[in-house]
Amino acid sequence: MRAWIRSLLSRPSRRGRLPLPVWVRSLSWLLAESVVAILLALVVGGIGIAIFSGLLPNHAAFDLGLPVAAYGALWSGAVGSTNGLTSTLVYATPLILAGLGVGLGFKAGLFNIGGRGQFLMGTIGAMAVVTLFGNSMPGFATILLALVVAAVFGGFAGFIPGVLKATSGAHEVVTTIMLNYVFVFVTYWAISGPLRLAHSPQPITLDVGTRGAALPIILGRDGHAGILLALLAIPLIWFLLYRTTLGFEIRAAGANSDAARYAGMKTRWLIVMTMSMAGALCGLAGATTLLGVVHQMAPGYDTTIGFDAITVALLGRSNPIGIGLAGLLLGGMRAGAQTMQISPGVPAELVDALQAIILLFLVINMLRRWRTTRRGNGSMTAPAEPTEIGALSAEVAP
Amino acid sequence: MSGLPAALDSIPILGVAFQLIGYVLSNLQFISNTTVAVAVPITLAALCGVLCERSGVVNIGLEGIMLTAAFVGWVVAAAAAGALGSGTPLPYFGITLPLVIGLIAALLAGMAVSLLHAWLAISLRIDQIISGTIINIGAAGFTGYMYSLISSQSLVGAGQFQKFVVPAGVVDIPVIGWLINAIFDQGPVGLLTIFLVIVLQVMLFRSRWGLRTRASGEHPRAAETVGIDVIRLRYRNVVASGALAALGGVWLSMEQTGNFNAGMTQGRGFIGLAAMIVGRWTPLGAFGAALLFASVTGLSQSLTISHPTGDLGNLINGVPGEFWEALPYIITIVVLAGLIGRSIAPAADGQPYERESAS
Repeated sequence: MRAWIRSLLSRPSRRGRLPLPVWVRSLSWLLAESVVAILLALVVGGIGIAIFSGLLPNHAAFDLGLPVAAYGALWSGAVGSTNGLTSTLVYATPLILAGLGVGLGFKAGLFNIGGRGQFLMGTIGAMAVVTLFGNSMPGFATILLALVVAAVFGGFAGFIPGVLKATSGAHEVVTTIMLNYVFVFVTYWAISGPLRLAHSPQPITLDVGTRGAALPIILGRDGHAGILLALLAIPLIWFLLYRTTLGFEIRAAGANSDAARYAGMKTRWLIVMTMSMAGALCGLAGATTLLGVVHQMAPGYDTTIGFDAITVALLGRSNPIGIGLAGLLLGGMRAGAQTMQISPGVPAELVDALQAIILLFLVINMLRRWRTTRRGNGSMTAPAEPTEIGALSAEVAP
Repeated sequence: MSGLPAALDSIPILGVAFQLIGYVLSNLQFISNTTVAVAVPITLAALCGVLCERSGVVNIGLEGIMLTAAFVGWVVAAAAAGALGSGTPLPYFGITLPLVIGLIAALLAGMAVSLLHAWLAISLRIDQIISGTIINIGAAGFTGYMYSLISSQSLVGAGQFQKFVVPAGVVDIPVIGWLINAIFDQGPVGLLTIFLVIVLQVMLFRSRWGLRTRASGEHPRAAETVGIDVIRLRYRNVVASGALAALGGVWLSMEQTGNFNAGMTQGRGFIGLAAMIVGRWTPLGAFGAALLFASVTGLSQSLTISHPTGDLGNLINGVPGEFWEALPYIITIVVLAGLIGRSIAPAADGQPYERESAS
């Protein structure tokens, strides 16, 4: 009897817990954490909208109705209609692809901020294929070749910081950012030079649609086939990471690069390989955007994908499935922001600010969990494997 | 000064190099003045980085701090000018009350953003690169959002700080006149920057604060055992250095121009970080590296404004204009990759410090 009472007292945390597998509990915990961070960010963002509402024409200062109207428009623009839903998928496509690229880097302990440049290089690669071969090849073949070349160009943009890191130790955060600006100017040069449409009054490239190289619309008004590519990339990257030797080595190098090296893995080669693959994914994001959405590169062609992809990868905890979900979320926000900017007139840049606030609450929250698990009271379940954000801290000094 | 013998210029291949030297010498004043001016925000960012990293905190958020400060300074000055009127500027630097109010607001904003980074990095011990990235994303989002809100108001800025005009007699001094002109032909922030480089160099290596800062960046536990409050010191350094990066933002929106543009920092914070690394985490070295990066911009701007003639001109014509704009970033990467092995970071840089618990 006394032994039974003692056994009850000694395991107080077991009471009332559902008999679920560990991975379900850790996954639901991660989801709950993300949802809390997103909700808190929406509240803070709403307060921000209300504080500065007086700057909008026809709105009083501290207009509490404005955040409600703005979020309403955001919601209806993202999921309120069939067009909204396809638009969300279209926005999510490059976010998922580039997010997978950044997440792959995180897994290897690399912080790839070069998404912007890699995206642009991918765009240039795809555009070059359409410009050179669009007339002589069937549309389908042009698209396939454009995607391949985009991956190669983007991969090259990731290869450079990878090689620099592996050979000289130059930190990828600084080199990828510097390369972003270099590739932005390469893009300007390409549009006004080699890719410029002949006899056009302004520097602009040809429309890929005129060469039959636009991605076919498979869904609603503007849902292009690139969506399938993003959805396909999720299980592929998952398979790469968790079911192949290379994926194992990438994760090992990310968790502890020294241990991985002592175990005989070529960590330098892994750095180059991972950065190149990350660049290829970001390049594909650029190609799907060009061939599926914009069709043409105008002067000043640029993207916000670099930072967006970091948000997606962090929010998705570098897990391909998580990245898919986070990409859909941010894609929805980007799609809804267009509606929001038109109807209550709140600038679409709100989404950029919201991203930062979401991440802020996410990292603050993560730490709290880490502390709780370290204190060891067992009331919260630790994730089955250490989060990649934590693993990143092994290599932070530039 | 283009008095190099024409015979040198006509040597095949090598002649172009002589032509370049001749070109630089004949445009020395413009190139050197531009170089010093372009180096100012990069140096300020690098100084911010030096203060943070010497005490053991990596701060890649300084791009965001600069951007926030550039925006806040500009908008507060404009609002103050609207409310108070500009008044007559002081005879020096065109200083007006709204500009001073904007400057103070910018410094406070920079320090506030820095405080956020300090809290995340030092107290919460989250990954400092991620913390800095969040600050960069947030600064771009916040300033972009506010700027597009304000753009419907057609806000007129409060003007800008004026440059100090070096007397003609000084400029005409042979041999060193151009140098004095390059250094002093600047607004208040530019002049303050050069002063700060020297002061911080001395303080970091000759003062008690400097010793403590370096100690907590190299070996925080040892610093703590001799009675240095590492956490507090890191907080102070990070927050104070926010004011330095903020000055860089002020230079962009209130000294170089009187305007703000979304994303106007254009990676200067990151070039500043590279300058800090190349300058081996010293203020003077960082200034030198910033001058190196800026000299590329100075030369390329000169080449676009006053076009060289002869072989050099033909060579320049063959290079697209975008190349010159990309060149500073390329040089940064090349120098960084070449020097990194010989440039060693403070030992505890980026590592969160956790006090040993007394219990």
